[in-house]
Amino acid sequence: MLLMQAATLGQRFWRLPADAAAHGPALDRHLLLNLWIVLALLALAHVLLMVGVARRRAHTPPRRQALIEFLPLAGLALLFAFLSAHAEALWQTARYTGADPAALQVEVTGMQFAWYFRYPGADAIFGVTKPELVAPGEGNPLGLDSTDAHSADDFVSSQLVLPAGRQVDLRLRSQDVIHGFSVPEMRLKQNAVPGQTIHIHFTPTTPGSYAILCSQLCGLGHYRMAATLRVVAEPDFEAWLAQHNAGVER
Amino acid sequence: MPAIFTPPRTGPHRKDSRDKLGEGDHGAGRQPPPDKRTGGNGDGDNWNDRPVGSRGPRERLTQTRIGLGSALAGDLMFFVALISAFFVTKSNGHFNPYGEYIYAWLPTTIPKILWANTVVLLLSSATAEMARRSMFREHDVMDEWFGLGRPTSRRASIWLAATLLLGMSFLAGQWNAWQQLAAQHVFFRSNPSSHFFYLITVTHALHLFLGLAALVAALAVLRASRQFATRQIFVDTTVWYWHAMGALWIFLFVLLEFFQ
Amino acid sequence: MKLTHHRTLGFAYLTLSAAALVAGVLLSLLMRLHLAWPDWPLPLHGPVLPEEYLGLVTLHGTLMLFFVLTIAPLWGFGNLILPAQIGSRRMAFPLLNATAFWTTVAALLTLLASPFVAGGSPISGWTAYPPLSAIAAAGPGQAAGMDMWLASIALFGLATFMSAVNMLTTIVCLRCDGMAWHRLPLTVWGWFTAALLSLPAFAVLLAALLLLFCDRHLGTGFFLPATLVVNGALAHSPTNGSPLLWLHLFWFFGHPEVYIAILPGMGLTSMVLANFARRRVFAYRLMIAVMLAIGVLGILVWGHHMFVAGLSPFAGSAFAISTMAIALPASAEVLSWIATVWGSRPRLPTAMLFALGFVSLFIAGGLTGPILAQPILDQYLHNTFFVVAHFHLIMAMAGIFGLFLATYYWFPLLTGRTLNERLGRLHFAGTIIGAYATFLPMHLTGLAGEPRQYAQLTGIAGPAGALLAGTMPLQRFITYAAIFLAVAQITFFANLWTTLRSRTRCSQNPWDATTMEWAPEALDPIATEYPEPQTHVAPCEYSLDGANFHPQWLPFTQPEGPE
Repeated sequence: MLLMQAATLGQRFWRLPADAAAHGPALDRHLLLNLWIVLALLALAHVLLMVGVARRRAHTPPRRQALIEFLPLAGLALLFAFLSAHAEALWQTARYTGADPAALQVEVTGMQFAWYFRYPGADAIFGVTKPELVAPGEGNPLGLDSTDAHSADDFVSSQLVLPAGRQVDLRLRSQDVIHGFSVPEMRLKQNAVPGQTIHIHFTPTTPGSYAILCSQLCGLGHYRMAATLRVVAEPDFEAWLAQHNAGVER
Repeated sequence: MPAIFTPPRTGPHRKDSRDKLGEGDHGAGRQPPPDKRTGGNGDGDNWNDRPVGSRGPRERLTQTRIGLGSALAGDLMFFVALISAFFVTKSNGHFNPYGEYIYAWLPTTIPKILWANTVVLLLSSATAEMARRSMFREHDVMDEWFGLGRPTSRRASIWLAATLLLGMSFLAGQWNAWQQLAAQHVFFRSNPSSHFFYLITVTHALHLFLGLAALVAALAVLRASRQFATRQIFVDTTVWYWHAMGALWIFLFVLLEFFQ
Repeated sequence: MKLTHHRTLGFAYLTLSAAALVAGVLLSLLMRLHLAWPDWPLPLHGPVLPEEYLGLVTLHGTLMLFFVLTIAPLWGFGNLILPAQIGSRRMAFPLLNATAFWTTVAALLTLLASPFVAGGSPISGWTAYPPLSAIAAAGPGQAAGMDMWLASIALFGLATFMSAVNMLTTIVCLRCDGMAWHRLPLTVWGWFTAALLSLPAFAVLLAALLLLFCDRHLGTGFFLPATLVVNGALAHSPTNGSPLLWLHLFWFFGHPEVYIAILPGMGLTSMVLANFARRRVFAYRLMIAVMLAIGVLGILVWGHHMFVAGLSPFAGSAFAISTMAIALPASAEVLSWIATVWGSRPRLPTAMLFALGFVSLFIAGGLTGPILAQPILDQYLHNTFFVVAHFHLIMAMAGIFGLFLATYYWFPLLTGRTLNERLGRLHFAGTIIGAYATFLPMHLTGLAGEPRQYAQLTGIAGPAGALLAGTMPLQRFITYAAIFLAVAQITFFANLWTTLRSRTRCSQNPWDATTMEWAPEALDPIATEYPEPQTHVAPCEYSLDGANFHPQWLPFTQPEGPE
């Protein structure tokens, strides 16, 4: 309880935005731990520097190299190793394995300067897209091939809507230049690289509206390449999905 | 201005741990004197008494060699970067919209003339080495040093001219290889593999053009320069550059021939 | 003075980088003003468009990193001081040196001309990630402007290559008698390591630029996937390359480049701290090893710029380890600096203040390095202002402090006058307060989620707009601080102006320094009547009370008279 409160206070001190993903609290704790350690080391180093300068001149200069260099270095090495190991554990859980097979599939496509989110529809398979069919003006920004059987029930949204508490498997793509898919409140960031499909998975926990930003310089509209992530309760999500599926069928 | 310096400890030296830690250097261990056999003009003139940088030909030679060596080491990294791009691009395939794997890399058939070119370049390295060696043959060098004619420079000029001819025929051969490929409609743009074939051979050829220019400069210096040391340095540097380009070519040729 | 003389070139390089510095600072102020007040139209220009903002970003980064932080410490002060510091009266290849300088001038002019071509300056930042940088249609300025940028950086790369060859050969071949490797001042070791690093780094950059040029103009696609839809038009590439290849090549150059910028300052800080503390540099030989270790590790860490760029997560882990490893030699440097001044009650002239300021900024900027080295935290912090704060403190501010330190410290040597102390202290106080006030709050806006290179933070709809607008109060504060920081530099230029006009001369070695450049005849251009310089001891030999010292150029004599 006390720890929770301390974490909240830390979050506010360092101005971290609210945290709405399942992996977020662990990441935040580690980040805050890092920040406090760094702040302490910064203060310590400055105190040493200032005291060292202000002190009365010593008769002999410091000579014990083992004590002054190698002991603190060993301490720092241990500290860095501990932080790395902890960070590595978090990184492995987040990235080394793929998403749960039951995860919700959504395709995210970045283009100058918008994000599009494609849901595979009832058949749970994404239809074929072709670059030569891309025509944002005609309502086909992703170049969805209508002759493909799987693409009939796909639908494309400009808003990412996700159910709370269910893992989602995002496949990131880009049509033109490198974009950065960044959701600060989900503690998530991954570049979308043209020519590649990059998978990333996470579980949103708290319903609400969150910012999706572009974090990789992509052109003059980089700053306004924003979208909204709406995390809703499972029934609401089903209703939203049904509404859109109906839209596709009409 | 400094007063007389008093060393902190003047008593008998104890080899304790503090001595090992203190990196004190009280001047007792000056650098060993340089090799005294570097020559001079006689009558007490010793190159070692001259300032660093004007201690005779050997010093200047070493200096240019070190400069050339570091430049070539950096240049090698340039080609290493190109070659790593070669392997990265070679390994890149992609899936088209229908899920079919597309592998764009079509190995370029290397024209057979490249084998002949390689032999020519090796030969040119040999002639270049003859030119370089002749600049350092002690007996002739002494003659030339004392101004008794220019036997060395003349001989070196012939070898350098031979190198120049061989180098130009190598480049002509490369040109021919490009023509052959063009006749087969393999151009720079055709394919990832052909991009790299042209990129690597052309950048190497540009390096050789620099080498040819250096050869011409060395020939001119052999005729024009009055200082024997300068003539030696020009020939030496040019030849080492030429060797490096030859060795680089072997490396690149093996890559293009066997690793596509 | 001959045009190929290294001191002429050194002054010329410093002039060049001072011009670039002023331009870069003004560009950054425009950026800050626009971020804080996006609707404010620029006088004589009108509102700042997003592409113009990105042009400012690109030019600011390129100018500062290449034309200030690389050439001023390395080739500016390197040419001015390095030969004298190793007891040489010349550089190894003066003609090459001069050629490099004029190539740099051409590079700078090309860069400065880029805003004036059709389409304006390039907008892809100093990292120029393709496809944005490879396809002219990807944005305004990516056609002719980008070509100018490529040409400028290629020229700069060639120039650096030449200068590095010259500097390395000078250090290896032209050290005077007695200047053994272990007697080289750490400053020289800094230059040596930086020059050593710049050869492979810039060679790889040149190769990458060549490939990018082919992609732009010769129809290849080393950095382009098979098909792209850019600006509504379909672009095919026969090569099916990958943008990640550019990232690898670029950061293989880019990361060593930041060490190239900071290593000379680190070496100089060690020497100046020792000089005013009247002590040897603590753990001198270890510091030599540490600098070389930083150089070697510096070329093994490039992947930490790519944790979330599409690299395999396993590669991320590997680069995290090598990056953490480089924190150790850097910490060893800091420990040596603290130990050197510990209990020394040093004199505190402006040069010493800037050296202490360098240490402070190095710590403040360096400590966030290990945070960013953890891939999972980079997943949140990547490309936010936290990163901007990190590299501005450790590279930009520490680098600039290194330059000020060099100026205050060597000014008497180069001009025979000491810079005014009162103005100097004022300058130091203004600069360090301004630096921290500008860059510390950027950590907070970054933690709040502000991404880099955003042309404006207001007027964006939805939760994204709310998130960004939340940082606006701090943005205004940062802008005020940046203006303060820039205005504080007026004291420096005023100091230069008044000092250069004054007639009072200082003594020949006012800091009682021990290194070779302070020998009475070291900088005399026609010093033929002086004996050839010789080194007799290691640098930083002081008596225990600090009153006496033994300069490197004086022969060692047994003390005479009563003990």
